[in-house]
Amino acid sequence: MSFEVDVARRLGDAEIAVSFASEAGVIALFGPSGSGKSSILNMIAGLLTPDRGRIAVGGEILFDAKVNLPPEARHAGYVFQDGRLFPHLKVRANLLYGAAGGDATITLKEVVDLLGLGALLGRWPRTLSGGEAQRVAIGRALLSNPRFLLLDEPLASLDRARADEIMTMIERVRDALKLPILYVSHNRAEVDRLAGQVVAIHR
Amino acid sequence: MTLTPDDWEVIRLSLKVAIVGVMLTLPIAFALAYILARGRFPGRILLDAIVHLPLVLPPVVTGWMLLILFGRSGPIGGWLDRVFGVTLMFRWTGAALAAAVMALPLMVRAMRLSIEAVDRRLEGAARSLGAGRWRAFRTITLPLSLPGVWAGLVLGFARSLGEFGATISFVSNIPGQTRTLPIAIYTALQVPGGESVVLRLALVSVVLSLGALVASEWLVRRQSGRAHVL
Repeated sequence: MSFEVDVARRLGDAEIAVSFASEAGVIALFGPSGSGKSSILNMIAGLLTPDRGRIAVGGEILFDAKVNLPPEARHAGYVFQDGRLFPHLKVRANLLYGAAGGDATITLKEVVDLLGLGALLGRWPRTLSGGEAQRVAIGRALLSNPRFLLLDEPLASLDRARADEIMTMIERVRDALKLPILYVSHNRAEVDRLAGQVVAIHR
Repeated sequence: MTLTPDDWEVIRLSLKVAIVGVMLTLPIAFALAYILARGRFPGRILLDAIVHLPLVLPPVVTGWMLLILFGRSGPIGGWLDRVFGVTLMFRWTGAALAAAVMALPLMVRAMRLSIEAVDRRLEGAARSLGAGRWRAFRTITLPLSLPGVWAGLVLGFARSLGEFGATISFVSNIPGQTRTLPIAIYTALQVPGGESVVLRLALVSVVLSLGALVASEWLVRRQSGRAHVL
């Protein structure tokens, strides 16, 4: 089992309740905008506390009635929809923000090669295009030595060619690093191409 | 026009009082700004009101309240006197305290706006990358709110240099101890033939205030060139 999620949380008038379990590989959460997909990722990452339920990844309990690990102890590689790069740090410092010391499974050089970031290292985030920023965000998540990846609509703000390029990167990451990946999207074609398993979220 | 030794004494004292007052206020103002920007607790509105009190009260009333609290027989002043042998009355340290209290609301306002403008989702990103609360604060929130800290410092410094009412009612008008620029100007205005002193000190005030404004503009520009907030 990689992801085991069974949580509920009330946000304003909406009740978000979801339950799924996945095998290794990519599992996709698929549903329309506003159906609470990002909130589910935030709960798994520890940025939003569920009202009740249980979250485990790879057998480790992240949240249940007794346990509630803080985000920094969950080892999530979270790639946000808007990249969310730190505006006051250059690309290199953004990439290394979460980088662990000696026991890293992947080095800066490997990430730079994998995602084609060599020319961007000295740039400020505000000078990057949407696709470049998204690649840096993926690299930053990988370098934080994650045990699993959460990808929130990583292609949403990109044109077709860029989206295709990032999709190829994600496939490469999936095959090279063998991390469990939870992929959120409202685009059926992306989901079908990447994921072995799909969870549909309704409003 | 040349400045007399007395003028220089006034200028030195004013700068000392303003700088010490602002430095004393800086950590307190930042902590209050952070609590008011981020905290959700009962009594927040009351705390906000108390912080803003020196901005809306007549300064003379603020000075009188300082006198009650920090006078030698006051609850805080008496304690300082007994425990540390420190007295603020009629000393430049009392003038610095008055300047600090008067500068506090302006400094809190500037810093609070800046902290509120920091995208909290960036802190979430930092946390998910393995940073604890303290590291996320130190590496993300603090550097991104620095423009407001600079603005608050300059506003507070300017306010401290101009402080008059609270100072004169708290620590009076004592040459070399509490006679800062505005009080010296006021004193000279009361003396027949004091016009030349008034002119010199008024010009000094203009130069110092302009200097503070230019310095703040420079700091903010340098800051925004480096750390653009999205």
